[in-house]
Amino acid sequence: MDTTYSKAHLLRRVFVWELPVRYYHWINALCILALIATGIIIGNPPAIMTSREAYASYWFGTTRFIHFAAAYIFFFNFIFRLYWGFVGNKYARWNQFIPTNAKFFKDMWAILKSDIFMTRGFQVHTIGHNRLAGFIYFLTFIAFGIQCLTGFGLYSAMSDWWLPNLFSWVPALFGGDFMMRLVHHWAMWFFILFVVVHVYLVFYHDYVEGRGEISSMGGGWKFVDEEVFQKNHPSEAKQENKK
Amino acid sequence: MIQEISTKKATYYEELLGKGYSRRDFMKFCTMITAYMGLQASAVAQVAEALKTTPRVPVIWLHFQECTCCSESFIRSSHPIVADIILDKISLDYTETLMAAAGYQAEEAMAKTMKDYHGEYVLCVEGSVPQGADGVYCMIGGKSSMDILHEAAEGAKAIICWGSCASNGCVQAAKPNPTQATPIHKIIKGKPIIKVPGCPPIGEVMAGVLVHIITFGTIPALDGIGRPKAFYSKRVHDSCYRRPYYDAGMFVETFDDENAKRGYCLYKVGCKGPSTYNACGVMRWNNGVSYPIQSGHGCFGCSEESFWDNGPIYQRQAAAGGFGIEENADKIGLVALGVTAAGIAAHAVATNLRKTKAIDSLIKEGKESEHELKNE
Repeated sequence: MDTTYSKAHLLRRVFVWELPVRYYHWINALCILALIATGIIIGNPPAIMTSREAYASYWFGTTRFIHFAAAYIFFFNFIFRLYWGFVGNKYARWNQFIPTNAKFFKDMWAILKSDIFMTRGFQVHTIGHNRLAGFIYFLTFIAFGIQCLTGFGLYSAMSDWWLPNLFSWVPALFGGDFMMRLVHHWAMWFFILFVVVHVYLVFYHDYVEGRGEISSMGGGWKFVDEEVFQKNHPSEAKQENKK
Repeated sequence: MIQEISTKKATYYEELLGKGYSRRDFMKFCTMITAYMGLQASAVAQVAEALKTTPRVPVIWLHFQECTCCSESFIRSSHPIVADIILDKISLDYTETLMAAAGYQAEEAMAKTMKDYHGEYVLCVEGSVPQGADGVYCMIGGKSSMDILHEAAEGAKAIICWGSCASNGCVQAAKPNPTQATPIHKIIKGKPIIKVPGCPPIGEVMAGVLVHIITFGTIPALDGIGRPKAFYSKRVHDSCYRRPYYDAGMFVETFDDENAKRGYCLYKVGCKGPSTYNACGVMRWNNGVSYPIQSGHGCFGCSEESFWDNGPIYQRQAAAGGFGIEENADKIGLVALGVTAAGIAAHAVATNLRKTKAIDSLIKEGKESEHELKNE
């Protein structure tokens, strides 16, 4: 009993996700859900047999409106997140997502081994995004970009506003709306698969690591091993020790 | 005096008078074509003036890999003057299907036009150019279409690509494209190229493009893909008279259901109107009689690039290349979703096997910490 007692890990409460990051996350999540739901309906509307007058109904137009409105919110939210990647705290920085050195890939491999293939029994402890997650989020940012380009490319022909018209060159890239629409549609499946895996892995980490993974996106706090914290924040830890 | 007139290059107006048209016919034509070109009413006088004073623009019209449906469409444009002033006169220069001359005479006529009007003539191309097997799939007068095109394009003022063949390859360029059929803009560089896609393009659109060049001496305003904005800036969907049914979500499910009889939107039976840029909904076909959607058939998307390869014709589906005709992106997506779900289930089971130690030790630690607190 005594031996394990001395090994007991101290947990530290660390503020990881700032308020703007949490707002971004949930706005993004709601937008993506709305976009997927309306997108599927627009791609394959339900069969309604009716003899009503067309003027009495506008549900398909409304569905498209929701899609476009959500797309605008999604777009500006995305732009904001890119900005925050340069001014936010160290867990929100762009270098959490884009691999800039070989160690990034080494860490990714370690996480693959421990969390995905589970060839090792122990966990890799990180405070913010683990390297693999960060890289996957980088891929989602690319997917965001593709959806914004093709989406506003499709939308540009029906808008007078300069913003969507900035994208009027996109159809020419694809030779026309046909291919652009297909790419827009295919890319949707990336989001669906991402959401499923993402939600699962959040539960997984919360369950296996018990560090408040799920609630961290609510309040911003995570519980981190003192050891891991000192490794990640050497200066901060030193300062506090002095006190 | 008589000799002088005959040697002078006649204007369009003079040619028409010679053909027995009255000035009234001429003005009616000018008014109609101005409206088709999308210009304001005050431009009618400008068009009439231009046709009265400018000498006929020489035109060489080449036919390569095509079915001549563009020419057929053109000679059926709603006003007879279109065919009379442009097509009759084209036949004086060169066009394989309509000129009177044949063989040596025909080749000579073309060579003469190219020489006499170097830098002035308009080159119209109907059809794509096969690049496979050194262009042997399309030979005219012993020359490959590639050579003929290069030769004719060299001295052309502008090139008009009639139809989907010349604009984007059309059916002969569909996968696997055995003859390597290639649209004109991928072969000729450094010349103004106007794409007038469609299979065929609308006759009035073709006339409008030609009259624009004649009237203003410039090519019409083009969009990013090189199509005249006046005719290709709106989707068939935007001018569709069934559009209210689309917004109301009232769709034809099969071609023989009640909704089809009621004339609902053809979106779900594969109408490509929402992705197709053309003027069909406004100008319609055969003197404005009808167009595919009005006849109960969805838009085929004939004026869009690779419309033959972009998925099933009678379904609104997202095609996925390499997975067979019946597959579509959603089916593949659903399979991927199933595989992912199975993977997650397996992972969750494995977690409880492989990570028990880690979880147990955490629980233990927690309890010990509580113990520690109590002791304090």
